[in-house]
Amino acid sequence: MNALLSHRAVKPLLFVLALLPFASLLHGALSNGLGPNPAEALSRSTGDWTLRFLCLTLAVTPLRQITGWVAMARWRRMLGLYSFFYALLHFLCYAWLDMGFDVADIVRDIQKRPFVLVGTLALLLMLPLAATSFNRAIKALGAARWRQLHRLVYAIAVLGLLHFFWMRSAKNNFGEVAVYAAIIALLLGWRVWKARPARPAVTA
Amino acid sequence: MHLIKDRGFAPRRDDSVTPESVYAQRRRFLMQAAVGTVVASWASRQAFAQTANGPGRLRPLPGAKSAVSGALTMEKPTSYADVTSYNNFYEFGTDKSDPARHAGSLKTQPWTVVVEGEVKKPGSWDLDALLKLAPMEERIYRMRCVEGWSMVIPWVGYSLVELIKRVEPTGNAKYLQFVTLADKGQMPGLRSSVLDWPYVEGLRLDEAMQPLAMLAFGLYGELLPNQNGAPLRLVVPWKYGFKSGKSIVRIRFVEKQPKTSWESAAASEYGFYSNVNPKVDHPRWSQATERRIGEDGLLSRKRPTLMFNGYEPQVGQLYAGMDLAKFY
Repeated sequence: MNALLSHRAVKPLLFVLALLPFASLLHGALSNGLGPNPAEALSRSTGDWTLRFLCLTLAVTPLRQITGWVAMARWRRMLGLYSFFYALLHFLCYAWLDMGFDVADIVRDIQKRPFVLVGTLALLLMLPLAATSFNRAIKALGAARWRQLHRLVYAIAVLGLLHFFWMRSAKNNFGEVAVYAAIIALLLGWRVWKARPARPAVTA
Repeated sequence: MHLIKDRGFAPRRDDSVTPESVYAQRRRFLMQAAVGTVVASWASRQAFAQTANGPGRLRPLPGAKSAVSGALTMEKPTSYADVTSYNNFYEFGTDKSDPARHAGSLKTQPWTVVVEGEVKKPGSWDLDALLKLAPMEERIYRMRCVEGWSMVIPWVGYSLVELIKRVEPTGNAKYLQFVTLADKGQMPGLRSSVLDWPYVEGLRLDEAMQPLAMLAFGLYGELLPNQNGAPLRLVVPWKYGFKSGKSIVRIRFVEKQPKTSWESAAASEYGFYSNVNPKVDHPRWSQATERRIGEDGLLSRKRPTLMFNGYEPQVGQLYAGMDLAKFY
């Protein structure tokens, strides 16, 4: 399995797959195929895809450790950057389609609406991670500090989830939120469990 | 063209020759007239397609142009396809495409509406009796959803006050409560606990008697499609869309302000009045602007939302002296 996952074609394939949602949204936007409210459709699906990629990114390490498929480690950075990519598109949809790039309006809106504030905060926290995603940055920071910085992704996932929860609470509609919450809880819970202090073995 | 007679060639005196400037003017005039005729006939065909001509899906339900003040906006109606495929009707699912997909299971015949409570003539009205109760009118209303989008919809029906007059409210009747159908067999959305079913809404008696508040039975000159609240629904154009209950089965006249479904779900976000008001924001989004479905392009700015959805001249006095930020 490891040999298969390490194949040269796997990463480019993954790259193209991760780009497909963007391609289909772009096609929909240009061909008037996003339904009666295209702006809302774009905002919602870029938000959905941000959460999905965050889950995928967070799933890499647990899956790798459980299955022993170490080749998966090579995908983590790309999946993380795709989370950032879709989050940026999501913000762009908001700033452009909803707010018409009116900076004063955007600032006012962010101050007024906690759920927008939380989403914006999650995006801002992604910036340093995206900016230090290349090898030279890892070297410059040192692996330990880099890893510490990149633990921010846990906060980002929780903030993203809160943002989604808050948005959906308008309609008391928590079905999808619960699914994402369960996945993120599982992925973060696994890390907590792994990090628990080792107890001395009990001898019978 | 026929008006200009061809006199053939005849030698004329110099002063009888039309000066070139006048000649050019005439040519321009004819050209403009021709273009104008083409454009006008095309435009009228478009207008006809939008209003008089039903989409041919359901039984026709024609209505005479309403004479009620404010009932006929001149704005361009939202397409039948958008009106019938993008809306909220949680009994069929919470996604806005769910109603069109799942409302086929709704049975609208036979249908009765029970009128009860503080009225001198309580009773059951079957649908045929309601259809004949007053002359059908076509009304083109703006519809503003609390979520920040809007449409322009040609409804067919009559003022709710027609029914109110016939059941004779007693002196104790201060409010109306509208109860909508909640049947698990026909409405898959009831399995979710998004709201307490049945969906209930309410109006103050004087609001309900404002002639713009209507009972709608039709859309685009035809019977209401199931997903839009068949066989009859309320339409209160100066309030957010959720105030206009769909598929109504019971109207109760009461003394105390009834609790609505959305108040029960989130009282801090959805008040009893829920008048369209650009100055009172929903806690999680601004209500200052809206996006007109099918009209505003993807990149165009959202349009400003009007006080009482533009019906302030008609309904503003109902709320004179009230603090609308408090009674949202």
